[in-house]
Amino acid sequence: MTPDAAAWDALRLSLWVACWATLLAIPLAIWVAWLLARKDFWGKAVLNAAVHLPLVLPPVVTGYLLLLAFGRTAPLGRALNALGIQLAFHWTGAVLAAMIMGFPLMVRAMRLAIEAVDPKLEDTAATLGAPRTMVFFRVTLPLILPGVLAGTVMGFAKAMGEFGATITFVANIPGQTQTLPSAIWAALQIPGGERQAVMMVLMASTVAIGAVLLSELLARRVAARIAGA
Amino acid sequence: MSLSLTLSHRFADFALDISLEAGPGITALFGRSGAGKSTIINAVGGLLHPNSGRISVDGDLLLDTDRGIFVRPHKRRLGTVFQDARLFPHLSVSQNLMFGARYAPRGSSGPALKDVVALLGLKDLLDRAPATLSGGQKQRVALGRALLSHPRMLLMDEPLASLDGPRKQEILPFLERLRDGPLGLPILYVSHAVDEIARLADTLVLIQNGKVQAQGPLFDVMSDPAAVPLLGVREAGAVIEADVLAHGDDGISTLRISAGTLELPGVHAEMGARVRLRVLAQDVILSLTRPEGLSSVNVLPVEVEAIHPGDGPGAAIALRANEDRLLSRVTARAVTELGLRPGLKCFAILKATTVAPGSIGR
Repeated sequence: MTPDAAAWDALRLSLWVACWATLLAIPLAIWVAWLLARKDFWGKAVLNAAVHLPLVLPPVVTGYLLLLAFGRTAPLGRALNALGIQLAFHWTGAVLAAMIMGFPLMVRAMRLAIEAVDPKLEDTAATLGAPRTMVFFRVTLPLILPGVLAGTVMGFAKAMGEFGATITFVANIPGQTQTLPSAIWAALQIPGGERQAVMMVLMASTVAIGAVLLSELLARRVAARIAGA
Repeated sequence: MSLSLTLSHRFADFALDISLEAGPGITALFGRSGAGKSTIINAVGGLLHPNSGRISVDGDLLLDTDRGIFVRPHKRRLGTVFQDARLFPHLSVSQNLMFGARYAPRGSSGPALKDVVALLGLKDLLDRAPATLSGGQKQRVALGRALLSHPRMLLMDEPLASLDGPRKQEILPFLERLRDGPLGLPILYVSHAVDEIARLADTLVLIQNGKVQAQGPLFDVMSDPAAVPLLGVREAGAVIEADVLAHGDDGISTLRISAGTLELPGVHAEMGARVRLRVLAQDVILSLTRPEGLSSVNVLPVEVEAIHPGDGPGAAIALRANEDRLLSRVTARAVTELGLRPGLKCFAILKATTVAPGSIGR
């Protein structure tokens, strides 16, 4: 008994979507985490709440809100369509849904890492002549790398497993928008589909465990480098 | 090279209101903890935006709150060494050293890596990680890192305060070399340790409760009786310069000062070297007649210049010993009984073991 073609398709799409979602979210998540950790500005509480909203809203609601915003008849969706970008019922929409659902987890981990960096080190870098952006890239970023990695793995795992918002926003079209969780759910709806479901459950578990192990390994290396061992 | 600043800044429980000038050499800011010294360093470095003030280095305006000028720290070119070395933990010693080098303006004069490595004895540390260094080693690297950014001036905020005695002794000679060496970098040096200042400073600024109480050449301020309460009665005392004449086999060295010779133990400078001596006010005894049959041999003819009564039973006496000035702390009762008054000629007895050789150098 081996996974059928649809299962492999779903795995490929899920990996593809999760990778894109994570890569696109990393810079934005670092920036938002930095804003929340280091800056005081008007509307900070609102930004914080907005970032965390997908964590507390039912995923179906998030998916529905996305549909309202980016659906083909919605103004935003129409504008993007005019630019040749389609989100609803398209794999790019799955990327957006995965990004939004994983975003709070990424920001949380990165914010903690930034708060743990002594601002005095950044001040010191400035007294040595480093402009602000260089202070970030040469001091802050290397020091928060373990946190960035941890956040990235969390975001990736969330993106791989995201179901509710995705199926609501982009539906469950095999080969186009059917991610692994959607495929597992679909298989369980068909009599006799359980075997394929089990195969896909194994796939999902392997990816998840692999991601965690990889991040542990990387985090350990980074930590060792910072500790100077 | 000159720094000129006027600052006022209000904290919740404390107000800073000062104005000072720093020329070439080492300008020391002395004050107890909480006197506002670090605030001054941070304002000069641009890490603190004071309520109002004006700071200029060589006529180059760094801050002028009236005109809305605030030069960002990275554009000020003022290398800073903090009490906690603040090395970048993710970089090796050599990477730390070179961190600021790339931001030094093209053609700026300053030491190269090999000069700094030689000056600070960093050769064996270059590949090490900061976490594996001792406190003294970290401070040396921090100092080298600041020098390699080619600053116009060094700011040092209690650079030795977190080090123990031997580690301090490890750093002090480097600072002296920096002061006397070819770099000739002006340094603004914050400290609450009188011994460091006596050894290093050229100019001394005394700060108390956010105000400048005295400023001037080190030798003048240290021998000013009015400075005694600011420095602390146990720490106050004049600093004089002496030439090492000879080292005896018994460990006692002979030194010449303008008013005569002194015999002191524990002088580690080479013959012919000029050293600084710190003569604590409480260790100078006064006698109206030349004393005889004393165990101390260091007796100098002096003239009373001024008498400064203290808050308690003590009084600080300013003395002139030929070209040098000394301070003596006696009781107010002794002032009356001896009839001490300005212009009176008498003798100062310095107990050999209590004269602390401040430094080598000069």
